[in-house]
Amino acid sequence: MYEGAIQDLIDELGRLPGVGPKSAQRIAFHVLSADPADVNRLATALRKVKDLVRFCTTCFNVAESEQCRVCRDPRRTNEVLCVVEEPKDVVAIERTGEFRGRYHVLGGAINPLEGIGPDNLKIRELLFRVGTGEVKELILATDPNTEGEATATYLALLIKPMGLTVTRLASGLPVGGDLEYADEITLGRAFEGRRAV
Amino acid sequence: MPAGYRRQLYRDDAVVLRVQKLGESDRIVTLLTRRHGRLRAVARGVRRTSSRFGARLEPFGHIDLQLAGSPEGLGSSLHSVSQVEAVTLYGKSFLTDYPRYTAASAICETAERLTPVEREPALRLFQLTLGALKALSAGEHAGSLVLDAYLLRAMAFAGWAPAITECAVCGTAGQHAAFSVPAGGSVCPDCRPPGSAHPSPDTLGLMSALTSGDWAVADASAPSVRRECSGLVAAHLQWHMERALRSLPLVDRRELNL
Repeated sequence: MYEGAIQDLIDELGRLPGVGPKSAQRIAFHVLSADPADVNRLATALRKVKDLVRFCTTCFNVAESEQCRVCRDPRRTNEVLCVVEEPKDVVAIERTGEFRGRYHVLGGAINPLEGIGPDNLKIRELLFRVGTGEVKELILATDPNTEGEATATYLALLIKPMGLTVTRLASGLPVGGDLEYADEITLGRAFEGRRAV
Repeated sequence: MPAGYRRQLYRDDAVVLRVQKLGESDRIVTLLTRRHGRLRAVARGVRRTSSRFGARLEPFGHIDLQLAGSPEGLGSSLHSVSQVEAVTLYGKSFLTDYPRYTAASAICETAERLTPVEREPALRLFQLTLGALKALSAGEHAGSLVLDAYLLRAMAFAGWAPAITECAVCGTAGQHAAFSVPAGGSVCPDCRPPGSAHPSPDTLGLMSALTSGDWAVADASAPSVRRECSGLVAAHLQWHMERALRSLPLVDRRELNL
């Protein structure tokens, strides 16, 4: 047990996800021995992230102004909307460079076991966006796990009667993998989603 | 760690009740096993797309698995999953059926809550949970009936089944008109506490049919009777658990009653 500021820093670092007491102690002593300019830069970055970052009022992605970078971009089409669970999923899809539409971040997936129902997600706001008539296709890009699939099913039930094309991201074999190591569910999905060559 | 403790591999079959994210790519899986009761285990790397058994560890699946840890409960409380084979992955059939997904969630949460102590064998509850998921997946009966039948029988397993064919207070035989959750079920006119509900006789008949597995009677019940039965079962369960189930208010009963 240390005293004063160093123990306060260890305690605060220890509250971060994935940082145990030993790691917190190591980071704290690294900060103590680091160049003051580096520490100031870290402190400024931490303060700025809380002061400046907010959620985009349109798609609920993280943003530094009223709207995020994607919603402000006039070159992107409003006709295709991609629904994701978290802001980090937007980054993952943007890395592909394949998608030029807009996003809608739900803020999680329906998970009754954790008490998260449709009312806890940005589903009402999604229906409002879809209801304007500008969107022609909705891509459901929730995670390919039980909660993500159930959320996609729920959204499809709500939105299909509105006359939109509702699509789901394909799932199948990872690039670079061996077929013999694929599990039966992934391989089954790959067969379902096979395409003509 | 106690002296002489050695981490060993052991095998069991289990129902996956819940999964939680852990760190970068791991998951904590809560399992109801056939021989070792409820266990929590770490499944390493299963969130990566390259995982070879991540898909088998999704909720509601019946799996055959190999765990590393001490089956007697010595050492760390978290075991680790080393191999998994699918027996029947019931979750697959709930993915395209949202109401049944919500019902399956309520079944799994109930099973978890009724096994407060880890590694205490609960074979009857394991079989009951497996049977409920199988029936829900088969779709032969309305989902709300399967869920209520499971909850009634799970309460019997826990030792607080509602009295349906006798007075919960004095034991007078017969079906009584009043139903009191705090008293423990249907109550006779002499024992009826103030504020008791007065369900229709058909509702009590449905509860009795669900408890005994009389599906012909249960399947023929009217939607209004099923709704009243679900309300009483949920109230009774949550009163005795002393804490609300998080998944129960989210069960989509409109479609389930069809």
